Amino acid sequence: MPEAVEPKILAIFCNWCTYLAADLAGTSRIKYPANIRVVRVMCSGRVDPQFVMDAFAKGADGVLIGGCHPGDCHYQEGNYKCLRRFELLRRMVKEMGIEDERFRLEWISASEGDRLRTVVTDMVEKIRPLGPRQTLTEVTQ
Amino acid sequence: MPQDYSYFPGCSLQSTGVAYDESVRALFALLDLKLHELPEWNCCGATSYMSIDEGSAFVLSARNLSLAAQAKHRDLVTPCSACYLVLKKTQDYVEHYPAIANKVQQGLQAEGLPPLNGVQVRHPLEILYNDVGLDRIKHASVRPWRGAPIACYYGCQLVRPYCDSDQQQNPTHMEEVLKAAGIPTVDFALKTKCCGGSLTGTIPAVGQRLNYLILKEAIRKGAGAIVTVCPLCQYNLDAYQADIRKSTGEAIDIPVLYFSQVLGWAMGADAKALGLQRSIAGKQTIKQWFAASEREEKAHV
Amino acid sequence: MSEEIRTGVYTCHCGSNIAATVDVKAVAEYAAKLPNVVVSRDYKYMCSDPGQDLIKQDIREHKLNRIVVASCSPHLHEHTFRTALAKGGLNEFLFQMVNIREQDSWVHLDKPAATVKAMDLVRAAVCRVALHKPLTKGSVPIRADVLVVGGGIAGIHAALTLANAGKKVYLVEREPTIGGHMAKFDKTFPTLDCAACILTPKMSSVRAHPNITLWSYSEVTQVDGYVGNFKVTVTRKPRYIMEDLCVGCLECIEACVYKEGKFVDEFNMGLSKRKPIYIPFPQAIPQVPVIDPETCIDFKTGKCKKSCVDACGERHAINLKMKETTEIIDVGTIILSTGFQVFDAHRSPEYGYGVYPNVYTALEIERLVNASGPTSGEVVLRDGKRPKSVAIIHCVGSRDEKNNRWCSRVCCMYSLKLAHLLKEHTDAEIFNFYIDIRTPGKGFEEFYQKLRNEGVHFIRGKVAEVTDWAFDPSEEGKLVIRVEDTLLGFARRIPVDMVVLATGLEPHADAQEVRRRFNLTCSSEGFFLERHPKLAPVSTFTDGVFLAGACQSPKDIPDTVAQAGAAAAEALALIDAGHVEIEPNTAFVLEEDCSGCRTCIPMCPFSAITFSEETKLASINQALCKGCGTCVASCPSGSIVQNLYDDEEIFAEIEGVLSNA
Repeated sequence: MPEAVEPKILAIFCNWCTYLAADLAGTSRIKYPANIRVVRVMCSGRVDPQFVMDAFAKGADGVLIGGCHPGDCHYQEGNYKCLRRFELLRRMVKEMGIEDERFRLEWISASEGDRLRTVVTDMVEKIRPLGPRQTLTEVTQ
Repeated sequence: MPQDYSYFPGCSLQSTGVAYDESVRALFALLDLKLHELPEWNCCGATSYMSIDEGSAFVLSARNLSLAAQAKHRDLVTPCSACYLVLKKTQDYVEHYPAIANKVQQGLQAEGLPPLNGVQVRHPLEILYNDVGLDRIKHASVRPWRGAPIACYYGCQLVRPYCDSDQQQNPTHMEEVLKAAGIPTVDFALKTKCCGGSLTGTIPAVGQRLNYLILKEAIRKGAGAIVTVCPLCQYNLDAYQADIRKSTGEAIDIPVLYFSQVLGWAMGADAKALGLQRSIAGKQTIKQWFAASEREEKAHV
Repeated sequence: MSEEIRTGVYTCHCGSNIAATVDVKAVAEYAAKLPNVVVSRDYKYMCSDPGQDLIKQDIREHKLNRIVVASCSPHLHEHTFRTALAKGGLNEFLFQMVNIREQDSWVHLDKPAATVKAMDLVRAAVCRVALHKPLTKGSVPIRADVLVVGGGIAGIHAALTLANAGKKVYLVEREPTIGGHMAKFDKTFPTLDCAACILTPKMSSVRAHPNITLWSYSEVTQVDGYVGNFKVTVTRKPRYIMEDLCVGCLECIEACVYKEGKFVDEFNMGLSKRKPIYIPFPQAIPQVPVIDPETCIDFKTGKCKKSCVDACGERHAINLKMKETTEIIDVGTIILSTGFQVFDAHRSPEYGYGVYPNVYTALEIERLVNASGPTSGEVVLRDGKRPKSVAIIHCVGSRDEKNNRWCSRVCCMYSLKLAHLLKEHTDAEIFNFYIDIRTPGKGFEEFYQKLRNEGVHFIRGKVAEVTDWAFDPSEEGKLVIRVEDTLLGFARRIPVDMVVLATGLEPHADAQEVRRRFNLTCSSEGFFLERHPKLAPVSTFTDGVFLAGACQSPKDIPDTVAQAGAAAAEALALIDAGHVEIEPNTAFVLEEDCSGCRTCIPMCPFSAITFSEETKLASINQALCKGCGTCVASCPSGSIVQNLYDDEEIFAEIEGVLSNA
């Protein structure tokens, strides 16, 4: 059983839905674990697969992408583009020995502060028992 | 085309509610629906066990669900409202509370029983409404109704809180089914009020007052009989009428029947097969409505 | 680039909002040691004038060329600080904001963890801002024409305000007439002035105003484009009577083969009947009847003698072959005033609506007490008798875990108003059953006091049920209210003749569809979401689209009108500025790196990317680009860059977050 340490999750949230949901969670004083660090982009469609790879390479224990619900994208369909990339990227990430729990894409609208809490809490709870993420070199050794 | 269901009669249907068991079996047979009694079923625990030892009560009730999960037919029919509620509650709690799910799992494992996946707890009224349908009921109803209109009484446990298809506050399936069978009903505002439950045994004055209010309102609304879905409701409303007459001085004498009895009758079953002779109150009325028609039919033949 | 990066970091306490959970001093001390940081300060309120002055002063004194402010959400104060930079003589985009309030101090309890998080985020911003480049805001011209959607009192007021300012307004209304819910009300609280008397003159002004184009019986079906230049498609349902030919004599209605009304009259809440050809109410605007094809014999069988057409005669205004048409308009701004729908009382079956005939909704009573209503203002039960006692049940469908959890804001006051009107019309005994009486408004509490002096009963308790169960002869034939009187502390049974349900307000059933059409967000209850609950209550997250009235949240007439005025003012501010500044976060192609693979072209939802057959390169039209960055993420050669969100900036931010210095 790996030792439980506080995982660090890099979150990339779109400006119009999930970033606002995180703001709403704040104004509603909803509490969730302090493990996530949010990077804001205008649209989840902006999420370059390299951002995710880079985050894992630099030691993130998890990566969470947040976008608008299907049909709700501020830019019409950026979230669909994100979904397609995510499905492919997820397989790659897995092949690199990174557990499924560490990489998530979630649709969280601006009114869903509560859902943001649920997602973040759930992700932290699922990652924590996995322990610190092994780097590629550790995996191959 | 026959349809098959697993059947969980529960304890009441083997004691005070024998007529319910008889009439449900008769009614289902008439509609070409097959009931396969669950082998070695046990008491559902009813409401009383839940309040004494919740953990064991859930295991007790879960055992029946587990038996049903093993059975060929996973639709488990139970006519008793208390059994229906307890089985549904067990499923709900096992799904939502991991601690209870664990305890139930351990209990079942000790007995070598499978988990309770995929079982549908069903009530005969809901089966009539959804599986059989009003059209088929209409066609199957061969006897014209000779009696007075009826007050449909649901009690509390069937519709609250696990009410799958009907409205909790104002259920109407019984009225619709009876209407399809040509049996008139009255508007009955007390249809989901408490019958007194076990208070008739523990604090009789309180329990009997609740019985009295329901009986009196049904009579005021012009009902000639009350029809119910629950063996405890039936027993409470039926058995205490003599006591109520004594304490209130009012001439209350009204038959309290199961919905399966009046429907079975409309579909041509014998009075005896439906257990109609087992009623306590309103014997005269029952004789008039059912025996008289039977005599008439025989005369025609 | 040989420019020396000199960064100033400012960490805000926000009073105790941040400082209570984040060790602000520690964050500032930490920031001081980060690369390029020349100045690091913490301050009580960075957004205040002295806070902003700190930045301006430091820019001058310490020759700062990058600024990081760690405070609240950029959605709140990014603009404030950018302006401070500009005033300090620095390009406003050499700035990065760190959200340590909404996304840190307010959502975490663990102070050390929240402080570490703040440090991580500040470090990320310091890394990122070093790569920022000076940028210039874009500018888009604003078309002067405005679209107002929904012709209730909100839409009417907004349209008139704009039209009076000389702007051309398109007012689109779904129903055959404008007026909305207010047209159905009898009196308005707390002044008791007649709703029609104050509303219908405004409706007439709409019709008469040269700057307003009114399209009733029409719906907006498509919206394209962006602030300043929206292209809107309006679908006009056929009303089978030509508006331009009809003179509003209503002789066609008189002539209909149905001598009496036979179909549910929607305007009178089904309390009266109308003909297949009808006008919703006498003062309807436009003053043009409509034919309902569902009930008209000619539409159903084709065998009507068409006496309506004969009655119209020479005017030829009736056209039974009329088809749906569409109009496409260009507008610069949009005001949404689509209103609300009333909670369906059937959803609270314990109150017996639809079961007991003498249970009414409040809106039905509005029609019943109205002099031009179905009974000409005579308050009678369905059997024609006058009620001697009336129960008004508050909070039906509001403040209810099973239905809508919010307070509908207007029901207490309209219940008081109806209590007064019913008392006036019938002298009946009136009982109000309430959870709390809420009268926060000008003259509202005084009105409540007046009602109490009029002898109206107020019983505090949520009604358990309405039943016809008669307990004793005094209840025979009555509706019995069963309620726990929480002030007396026991359960009561109160028999009455009439029950009025004070039904709440909720979003329209199709609010989600409408929201998508206009690219808006809804709050969790389904009302349209404003940009900021306090500071931008009529703006939305879609620039150029404003909200007015109950589509944003339940509100009464004074608040609705005030908000409609505000929305009109916001639209006017944009129009009169002539242009709107937009974020310079557009993407562009680095021609030397572009391989011409065209991967990016289908990525753009705005068709902003084109491929030149001549140069074999892609290029992005800066006027069409909205800055989502999807093309940037898709470019295999990294030859598309995006201002403010460029790869290197985001990589720097990620690295900053994750490098545990």
